Amino acid sequence: MNERRMLDDQHFETMIEEESICTSSNVVYDAPHKALYDTPMHYCPGCGHGVVHRLLAEVFEEMDIIKEVIGVAPVGCSVLAYNYLNIDMSEAAHGRASAVATGIKRVLPDKLVFSYQGDGDLAAIGTGETIHTCNRGENILILFINNGIYGMTGGQMAPTTLPGMKSTTSPFGRNVETMGNPLKITDLVAQLPGTVYVTRQAVHKPVNVRKTKKAIQKAFEYQQNGGKGTCFIEVVSNCPSNWKMTPLDSNKWMEENMLPFYPLGDLKTPSGKEN
Amino acid sequence: MAKVKGDIIIDIEKCKGCELCTDACPQDSLETAKQVNSKGYLYIVKIEDNCTGCTNCALVCPEGAITVYRKVNNQKKEIAKFKNITNDITLTVNE
Ligand SMILES: Cc1ncc(C[n+]2csc(CCOP(=O)(O)OP(=O)(O)O)c2C)c(N)n1
Ligand code: SF4
Ligand code: SF4
Ligand code: SF4
Ligand SMILES: [Mg+2]
Repeated sequence: MNERRMLDDQHFETMIEEESICTSSNVVYDAPHKALYDTPMHYCPGCGHGVVHRLLAEVFEEMDIIKEVIGVAPVGCSVLAYNYLNIDMSEAAHGRASAVATGIKRVLPDKLVFSYQGDGDLAAIGTGETIHTCNRGENILILFINNGIYGMTGGQMAPTTLPGMKSTTSPFGRNVETMGNPLKITDLVAQLPGTVYVTRQAVHKPVNVRKTKKAIQKAFEYQQNGGKGTCFIEVVSNCPSNWKMTPLDSNKWMEENMLPFYPLGDLKTPSGKEN
Repeated sequence: MAKVKGDIIIDIEKCKGCELCTDACPQDSLETAKQVNSKGYLYIVKIEDNCTGCTNCALVCPEGAITVYRKVNNQKKEIAKFKNITNDITLTVNE
């Protein structure tokens, strides 16, 4: 008996208890619950729209401006943005979001107004509105999601589609001789005297997500402090469904193909400093 | 050095299985599960206990499905010694 005990002693194991650290005092990141409705979004898995919506909501909560912002949704995949952002929002006809935002801002100058637009919306059917809003220097933020394609309607070529890039209307790749060159509309509006802050960001990596959030915050701060012109943030994004790639592949493709053509960074800042 | 311990909770009903979080995790803590949620998406689970609470996964998640927790110097305590051998189960509980 004694002998057995000794033998068994060697088979003792130690059980360590570790309290769960998942308590409210240990939270270091939680998705916004006030400015973002607690509802699933309709976007395809891995789509950048969801990240940008979340960042907007985070900025609204952190700056405590939920009651002061008014958004204008586009026509495109983000047409239902007002189903997710718990703020005042209006829909605009295809491409006219910056014009509608202009009207809202002029009537309610104390509100913080922004338009949220895709590349088909902002740089194709809405090119005129975009350029003139920026040229007039309206005190609004234009948030531009550039995924190089018409996402909502099934992947047609957009003005932003890269040379050689396949889409349903350029099945052999975009031929710049017959279809023209991609439009770098962000570079274009940076040339206009009406814009004060023009930047190009992305949301495919944690570091880029942080930078985009900072840019959004900066833009609303400029507007809050009087605003002396249009803020324009391009977010180079993906469309896994119409690029016909997995979300991870789409981000990799974006990094290798979109970013060399649409390089990230500030194009224009109020202080004149670029980075 | 202060030991940092992290943990996450994934809202598996919101998850769409895009795997952006698994790719962003420097600790390789996450993996796609073999089950689907009610919408039919293969959701993400934490498979390793090495999370540092860096928030990378939550930052890239398009669904806002991840909550991250972090604690410095998490206490571990020994609560029992046990063995389980046929005919002789012994449990020694501390305290
Ligand atoms: C006047 C008008 N013309 C065309 C359409 C069809 N249409 C809907 S969304 C869209 C393009 C959307 O692409 P984009 O703005 O890039 O948004 P994404 O879905 O890629 O986010 C088009 C052409 C429309 N709704 N109204
Ligand atoms: S079609 Fe493209 S842009 Fe639209 S939700 Fe799906 S992935 Fe996003
Ligand atoms: S918080 Fe960091 S370490 Fe933990 S699961 Fe997320 S990415 Fe991995
Ligand atoms: S990033 Fe979010 S939605 Fe995508 S797999 Fe991870 S938890 Fe799910
Ligand atoms: Mg688009």
